[in-house]
Amino acid sequence: MTADSIPAPLLAACPGVRLACPADGVAGAQPSYVASPASTRQASAVMRAAASLSLAVLPRGAGTRLDWGTPPSRCDLVIETTRMDQVLEHAAGDLVARVQAGASFDHLAKVLSAAGQQLAVDPPASAGTVGGILATGAAGPRRLRYGAPRDLLIGITVIRADGTVAKAGGKVVKNVAGYDIGKLFAGSYGTLGLIIEAVFRLHPLPGASLFVTLECADAAAAYSVMSAAVTSPLAPSAAEIDWPGAGTPIRAGILLEGDPEGTPERADRLRGLLGSTAVISDAPPPWWGLGAAAADDSTVVRIAFWAADLPRILAAVQAAAAAAGLEAAVNGSAAAGVIYASLPRAAGPDAVTQFLAAVRAAVGQGPAAAARGPRAPEPPPGGPATAPGDPSASGPAPGGPAAAARGPRAPDPAAAPMMRGSAVVLHAPAGVREVIDMWGPVPSLGLMRAVKDQFDPEHRMAPGRFAGGL
Amino acid sequence: MTEQAADMELSRETGQPSAAGAERAAGVTGTTAGPAIAAATPRLRQICGPDAVLTDPLQLRTYECDGLTAHRCSPGLVVLPESAEQVAAIVAECARAGIPFVARGSGTGLSGGALPRADGVLIVMSKMRRIITIEAASRRAIVEPGVTNLAVSKAAQPFGLFYAPDPSSQVVCSVGGNVAENSGGAHCLKHGFTVHHVTGLEIVTPQGELTWLGDGTGMSPGYDLVGAFTGSEGTLGIVTKIVVKLTRIPEAVTTLLAAFETTGQGGAAVSAIISSGILPGAIEMMDALAIEAAEAAVACRYPEGAGAVLIVELDGPAADVERETAAVRAICEQAGSTEIRAAHDAAERTAIWTGRKSAFAAVGRISPAYIVQDGVVPRTALPDVLDKIAALSAAAGIRVANVFHAGDGNLHPLVLFDDAIPQACAAAEELSGAILDLCIEHGGSITGEHGVGVDKSRYMPKMFGADDLATMQLLRRAFDPAGLCNPGKIFPTPRLCGEVPGIRRDPHPLVAAGEVEQF
Repeated sequence: MTADSIPAPLLAACPGVRLACPADGVAGAQPSYVASPASTRQASAVMRAAASLSLAVLPRGAGTRLDWGTPPSRCDLVIETTRMDQVLEHAAGDLVARVQAGASFDHLAKVLSAAGQQLAVDPPASAGTVGGILATGAAGPRRLRYGAPRDLLIGITVIRADGTVAKAGGKVVKNVAGYDIGKLFAGSYGTLGLIIEAVFRLHPLPGASLFVTLECADAAAAYSVMSAAVTSPLAPSAAEIDWPGAGTPIRAGILLEGDPEGTPERADRLRGLLGSTAVISDAPPPWWGLGAAAADDSTVVRIAFWAADLPRILAAVQAAAAAAGLEAAVNGSAAAGVIYASLPRAAGPDAVTQFLAAVRAAVGQGPAAAARGPRAPEPPPGGPATAPGDPSASGPAPGGPAAAARGPRAPDPAAAPMMRGSAVVLHAPAGVREVIDMWGPVPSLGLMRAVKDQFDPEHRMAPGRFAGGL
Repeated sequence: MTEQAADMELSRETGQPSAAGAERAAGVTGTTAGPAIAAATPRLRQICGPDAVLTDPLQLRTYECDGLTAHRCSPGLVVLPESAEQVAAIVAECARAGIPFVARGSGTGLSGGALPRADGVLIVMSKMRRIITIEAASRRAIVEPGVTNLAVSKAAQPFGLFYAPDPSSQVVCSVGGNVAENSGGAHCLKHGFTVHHVTGLEIVTPQGELTWLGDGTGMSPGYDLVGAFTGSEGTLGIVTKIVVKLTRIPEAVTTLLAAFETTGQGGAAVSAIISSGILPGAIEMMDALAIEAAEAAVACRYPEGAGAVLIVELDGPAADVERETAAVRAICEQAGSTEIRAAHDAAERTAIWTGRKSAFAAVGRISPAYIVQDGVVPRTALPDVLDKIAALSAAAGIRVANVFHAGDGNLHPLVLFDDAIPQACAAAEELSGAILDLCIEHGGSITGEHGVGVDKSRYMPKMFGADDLATMQLLRRAFDPAGLCNPGKIFPTPRLCGEVPGIRRDPHPLVAAGEVEQF
């Protein structure tokens, strides 16, 4: 098999097969073939053919986020979903939509908005396909209220590496029959198989959306604003920050959605809480939702953390940048515990590696940092925390003389510590991405490997793209 | 691989266990604990202390079933660990000796998920009930699996927060059990299920290792094992710590009760409410027979002669709730509601809910026995499905009372019969199965919240094809290649004689004692 001709099994599987060209490269890896199936049957046949030829397969939608993830260790066949682009069913009365994976998010949004409904996801600009959003877990500001794409997914159809077509979940929001394979595939970067169809629960489109924005002098002030928004009864849909650089003020913005009468009232109440410098507008500020976008090929790091750690994490980001000789710009869903740090394109792999190590230590991604374990409980306002029926509300597993008398104990809890966050590189320029550790340590890698080995025993699905080298 | 594990090997073609493995997996009622358990008992006593290991047959019998009382099997042994490390050591010993094990929370499950194995160990988690920490500023808490659902909300309340998934058994049911079943509750249409509110799980793997899934942020890199584990009905491991999301308590809550002449009208009102863009916190419906039962039990004084009642709850910022309440009233009036009541305080709110919450237990007053189903249909199919259930009921001459979460199409048809009459129970079971078939035909599900367990495993092939089930088994094999972790649940095995369908006679003992309400 050479790159000059398409192997017969592939040709037999699907008419839409061609030789790859340079534009089909994925993060520097050059595939040999591109297949564009038009149906589930054809896609399954392509996957079976690829299995018979032991090809490494990479799913591709619109290709808008192929730069996310480690460059693949092998890439022979790109399987493209964009010919399967239909909104198959929109049951408006049930707030449910069934969509082919290759449907563009923008097209889906248009179809749904005609009935006053939405798939409540804020993808990065250049949204790409529904399958791609699901496979990368792309989300934006309104994750605070609606969650990630996986939270809206109620059914899925996938094609496994051996060509088997399988579904899980269903078309109803309430469904606990069987394992939730959809959650497993969501955010899996194509490494478990090909997502071919997805069923989502929808939400009504709000009648009104208002943005309340203000400037904060420092990280502590920004945290106060985030805190005020989420502890208020005003049910914000998003609470974001934008910090162009260490020397500048931090901009904060809160999104309120609802009906046309109630939302202005809530916005006024929020301004009352935040102070008179807050500005109400029906348009988002220009910096809104830009966090994940790699402007000018900069390195973009998605940092996830426990929301109360915001001031400490912001300080750690700036300190880590400074120590590595860099400037970091920060943007993102601070109240939801996720921000994006951008490092300049010129930042070299050593500086980025140094930055990542410091931030990962700060968020607790990794065994050393995670040994800290859960924090001491906070006292509630007006008195100590009590849990009904429990004499103590803090501390590690019980020990003491009684336990010692029972004989040898299993390993100490610190042997299986909980991480508290992560710093994952979404995008890095060529020359950097090949060298750095884009994902960092992940919990339960052994179990993840076991899952991968079951679904893709030959490790042909997007090999090396994912966390843990999977 | 142990002999048991070999038996659990699945046929490539069918995804079903081998015959021998299936028998083993299904468990055999009434046999005594084998030599493997006897050999392991001293080690288990060493791990947990002798008081935490039960071998007396009378004590073992008290754990022979969960909320699905028709399926009973005395466990080979019961252990009551107090720490994650003890659970890990117990499971490691079981794995070494090839002994199957089943985890049990509070034993309120309605699908037999905690049905023990006669040749296995039952690991009861109820002693592990500490709330380890509440980090209110991050809206997270870390709890042990034996903590009750309501205890989490109570502990969060001083911080202005609550734990949103609220199954009706929340006074007693455990958060660990909630994770196993992906429990919902009346308010899950708006607020989501357990899987939307869990961001980290410390588990004991079926090999006996302690490990964390996720990191509490909900955005941990790698596969979403927290999402895959939640709702896996105790078959992928045992959860020992749970990181839960806490939600801000809404500023205002309003509860409305609306009476209609028919369930069709009630259903139309529900559709109109959803289409108007309002997402209520809860929408529940009861039909005439269910109302009659509730009235007999608790004198809830719902509007007399109502063919159906709707309970709608709205929550959120105060002014918004006020506006939505007016809109829902108008919609109900337009749909032909004969009477609308609104709760003005907590007492009135409780009064409206009492009838609904008593419905399951109440049917015991109008029928000696009943089967409860948990099917789901798309909301828009509700009127059609209710009509068909009525037709099936009439044709079979068997009464069916309908209680359901109208907002999300989750039905709880209560099939009523007299078990003293020969053939009555088989006929009721047949009708019950026909109703589930209806749900599947309409693109729904065989279980909305109770889980598959042993109760509905035989329906799984109606909802999923062989390839679908085989794909799910890949996940199980990744976690539990030896097939020792709660085997025989979820996936169908050949039926053994002596297995009795999910017939209920009496209410669950806790319900009868008034300790818990049952939906």
